[in-house]
Amino acid sequence: MNTLDITVAKSNGNFNLKASFACEGSGVTAIFGRSGAGKTTLINIIAGLIRPDSGSVMVNGHILFDSQKGVNLPPEKRRMGYVFQEGRLFPHLSMKANLLYGMKLLPKPERVISFDQVVELLGISHLLSRRPATLSGGEKQRVAIGRALLSSPSLLLMDEPLASLDASRKSEVLPFLARLPRELSIPIIYVTHSVDEVLNLADNMVLMDSGRVIAIDTIETVTTRSEFQSLTGRGGGGSVISTAVLSHDKKKKSTHLRFPGGILKVPFVDIPIDSPLRVRIAPRDVAIALELPIKTSYQNILEGRIEKIEQDNWGFMMIHLDIGCPLLARITPAACSDLSLTEGKDVFALVKSVSVSIGKRLILNELKK
Amino acid sequence: MDLLHLTPLEIESLRLSLWVSTWAVLGSLVPGIFIAWVLARVRFPGRALLDGIVHLPLVLPPVVTGYFLLVLMGRHGMIGGWLYDVTGFSFAFSWRGAALAAGVMAFPLFVRAVRLSLESMDRGLEEAAHTLGAGRTRVFFTITLPLSFPGILTGTILAFARSLGEFGATISFVSNIPGETRTLPLALYTLIQQPGGEVGAFRLCIIAVVVALFALMISDFLARRRIFLMHGEK
Repeated sequence: MNTLDITVAKSNGNFNLKASFACEGSGVTAIFGRSGAGKTTLINIIAGLIRPDSGSVMVNGHILFDSQKGVNLPPEKRRMGYVFQEGRLFPHLSMKANLLYGMKLLPKPERVISFDQVVELLGISHLLSRRPATLSGGEKQRVAIGRALLSSPSLLLMDEPLASLDASRKSEVLPFLARLPRELSIPIIYVTHSVDEVLNLADNMVLMDSGRVIAIDTIETVTTRSEFQSLTGRGGGGSVISTAVLSHDKKKKSTHLRFPGGILKVPFVDIPIDSPLRVRIAPRDVAIALELPIKTSYQNILEGRIEKIEQDNWGFMMIHLDIGCPLLARITPAACSDLSLTEGKDVFALVKSVSVSIGKRLILNELKK
Repeated sequence: MDLLHLTPLEIESLRLSLWVSTWAVLGSLVPGIFIAWVLARVRFPGRALLDGIVHLPLVLPPVVTGYFLLVLMGRHGMIGGWLYDVTGFSFAFSWRGAALAAGVMAFPLFVRAVRLSLESMDRGLEEAAHTLGAGRTRVFFTITLPLSFPGILTGTILAFARSLGEFGATISFVSNIPGETRTLPLALYTLIQQPGGEVGAFRLCIIAVVVALFALMISDFLARRRIFLMHGEK
């Protein structure tokens, strides 16, 4: 049974949304796209705040909306937890009353998460008697998440919960967000346009552009697609690789990570051996060599094969490599023709240790323990 | 010639004015909030007409409004007559009629203030309450109503002040009966008409100013207190 199964069409002036996808399991599914791609419209449709023109929305096998059967449950009957971008805490109520607002409307047997559990999970016990006006942006978002969780939702919808926060406020919330999927079994739909948030939080990704779903798959797969690269811009995207910590070399301040293509050397990361870790490598940080280079500062020399070569939006060549897992390299057309790269050719991919971005998610989780 | 010594007639008119205005405002609260909510939130054909009717007393000569009230709500009026036959209740020539006239005249001011605060409210908060499982009625009483409190307060004070000053509709609907419908403005008018009434009239003017100032200061205090609670600043 799918967690979420949605097929909807909605037109509003010049904007047309036509989306269809399904996702399963209890992890975090990121809806990723530029602003204006229809991400927020989509989760407002799931929450029942926007009525689609046609289609259907099903959550855990329950029909929430079906234009043919004439079903349209109001938002209050859908059991969706919604965390809005701007928090939307009730300004006339204390934090405690905000948190209890949804919970009190639920009969006791249907409450799947306790007040104390949520307060502990989000670290908000010291805020309970305060009013929204006296809280920082990060604290407000944590309370907003708690309020949504306490309504015992069957699905948690989050609309760019970090987008309105500055970097230091983000770090007040991110570790708590990362704990949610591990400690609760509530599936999360997470709308964002931040690659870092995707890398840190999500398991699966729905890629949206101009009101259309253009891809849905695991993070590792979607991030190697050229549509994702063209959405994130010249420096943004990158292939995401799932790894596990193999060993540490404290003397050299480096950590070795195990991944399907062998070993990846990265600057020292202070987490235990065997911990899973997700890393991201930007295409422009990957160089290609035809022969095994000697005496080079590149710490990672990975054998692979060219799967596909295509020109990207900026006139560069995007080389799709298979190094045991997909990896992207962006090089100039000149470099491509100098090396006479063709599809099917065996090459070496060169990656500097310092250009491997480490996902914060698991590090933060380990630190908590 | 004593400016501080009020005559029984002046005390009576002050007491009556406060009484009539209080009832005018109390009677406006529920229908006023309801109509403001309908105008701010519901889209329906005839909305502009309802809006116009609510605002009529603001633009019509008060005497016309008073005359309408007489025709509609008098003891032989279309609604008033029926009401008297069925319940024995009558507005005609009593303080109740004065309260009705004051209430009708102040109604648009009250509705405007409440509607303004409803329209400027962040609808997202109501949406958030819906997603947390609250139905429309609950959202109205737990979110919409408390958050429009500043508007309701402003509207109440405005309506109260307007009711205190009500003259034209009152005198044409329920006449100028001492102890029953002779409110402060009517007493003032009566005194001006009498030779030697100037001192009394002046005293009533001072009372009117003091009462109005007092009302404004209370409303200001309550509004500040509210803002402090909601936003943490004055």
